[in-house]
Amino acid sequence: MIDFKIHQREREDVSVIELKGYLDAHTAPDLETAFQKLMTENKFNIVVNCRDLSYISSAGLGVFMAYVEDVRKNKGDIKLTNMTPKVYNVFDLLGFPILYEIYKDEHEAVVKFHEAKK
Amino acid sequence: MEMKAVHRSKKFLSRTDNLLEVRDFVGEAARAFGFSEEDAANIILAVDEACTNIIKHAYQYATDKEIEVTIHQDKRSFEIRIFDNGRSFDPSTIRQPDLKDHIGHRKRGGLGVYLMKKLMDKVEYNFHRGKRNEVRLTKYLSSTSTVAER
Repeated sequence: MIDFKIHQREREDVSVIELKGYLDAHTAPDLETAFQKLMTENKFNIVVNCRDLSYISSAGLGVFMAYVEDVRKNKGDIKLTNMTPKVYNVFDLLGFPILYEIYKDEHEAVVKFHEAKK
Repeated sequence: MEMKAVHRSKKFLSRTDNLLEVRDFVGEAARAFGFSEEDAANIILAVDEACTNIIKHAYQYATDKEIEVTIHQDKRSFEIRIFDNGRSFDPSTIRQPDLKDHIGHRKRGGLGVYLMKKLMDKVEYNFHRGKRNEVRLTKYLSSTSTVAER
């Protein structure tokens, strides 16, 4: 059974990571690998689309925290989008909305990257 | 402490790929007890965090150790007791995490303990020499306040 899936695509100069399924201590290393790959490819404009993410635990949240500083040092950002209320609740409990930009949809996040460039 | 009947019990090996099964086990019991989908989701996450901590800290990622999850309930309270035989881990050393400290430092510990406290009505730890470690998570059916209000 596939309990977690990551799909990466490029949308202009923004890398979009789509998450699907259950992000927990078992699957968080997969997300870590995806972020490491982006870092080695010097891709720092990152949107994480959580539309199909059904579940997240602190192990998953830890991955976002580990990479955001490196990404921002390189003038990029990790923006999160399309969360279900259930997933948003977990981010909210840990205070993520203060430190991360969270958008209703992917397009908004991509536009924000382009605005920042101007 | 009043006696609560053991309603369900299950043993798992200390592997992260068993977390899915732990969540299913607890979720099914929580829904059957009468919790809303939102409360059930909060209970599931708290138990996941407790078991993840056991796998990481008590068993240091050894994959052949035992975790037992028992569910005790009475009319209004739903209590999950989680037992392990690993190194005891003192959660009182964990302070409320400051996200800013965590960012970029790969310092991830403490988030799970903090979440458990937020998600449940009561979190207790029992460590006694020669006995299994126990984490006890309780949620009351009557608690209508949302997590955000606490």
